[in-house]
Amino acid sequence: MIGWVAFACGVLFGFGLALSGMTNPAKVQAFLDPLGNWDASLACVMGGAVAASALGYVVCRRRDKPWFAAEFSLPTRRDIDARLLVGASLFGVGWGLVGLCPGPALAGIWRGSAEVFLFNAAMLVGVLAVRAADRS
Amino acid sequence: MDTSFSPLASTLGGVIIGLASALLLLAAGKIAGISGILGRLAFGVEGDRLWRAAFLLGLPVGAWIGSALTGDVMGFSITTSGPLLLVAGLLVGVGTQIGNGCTSGHGVCGLGRGSRRSLVATICFMLCALLTVGIVRHALGVQP
Repeated sequence: MIGWVAFACGVLFGFGLALSGMTNPAKVQAFLDPLGNWDASLACVMGGAVAASALGYVVCRRRDKPWFAAEFSLPTRRDIDARLLVGASLFGVGWGLVGLCPGPALAGIWRGSAEVFLFNAAMLVGVLAVRAADRS
Repeated sequence: MDTSFSPLASTLGGVIIGLASALLLLAAGKIAGISGILGRLAFGVEGDRLWRAAFLLGLPVGAWIGSALTGDVMGFSITTSGPLLLVAGLLVGVGTQIGNGCTSGHGVCGLGRGSRRSLVATICFMLCALLTVGIVRHALGVQP
């Protein structure tokens, strides 16, 4: 059951990404370039997305458990450490270089583009490297 | 490729993204952070993998439907060359795992929960991305 729920949420998430235009790296980079031909659309996407997710969180706080699972798995950390800042910075540089973050990168697989494939392959290597290093 | 401001479609798309995150939280109790879902798919707890794979599989399906229904009006263009693509992908992979999140986990879900950690991370990766595009396009003069 939880698998189907997650799949449906993934489809909806990908649909929203495509509708918003965030699946186009050029549009994301245009937001990140206020000195150039600025496209403010990403701000609208973030505004709409944060508002809807905040609403979901408000409902979540009033409930003991999710509809189809035993408990809510929410992040508990509150500290700001060097790892957070270094990681976010590295991610930001990579995001800016191409205009792809993990969601749109994976959502773009359907296009069969060699660039998207290369980006995803490198991203996966990075993910696995850090996870493997953290585990050992 | 020049893109133009699309407030209606982008706000609506954003609301749908947030709605998908809200539904995953309320139905399955999970945070819709793509990099976290991906990271713990490989090195995760047994029995915690199926929903992750299912969610990630849904992304291209949904994006394909969305693009087909809208006649791919938003378009698609990558101007970065091969080696730089690999460097960028590696940075995104490493950075999101070290920093515990990306645009969805820290941005959409974290800000929605009012997490201070996510706010700091979001400001940090936004500034770095702005700086990167600024340097590439305006200091080095590499225009798409």
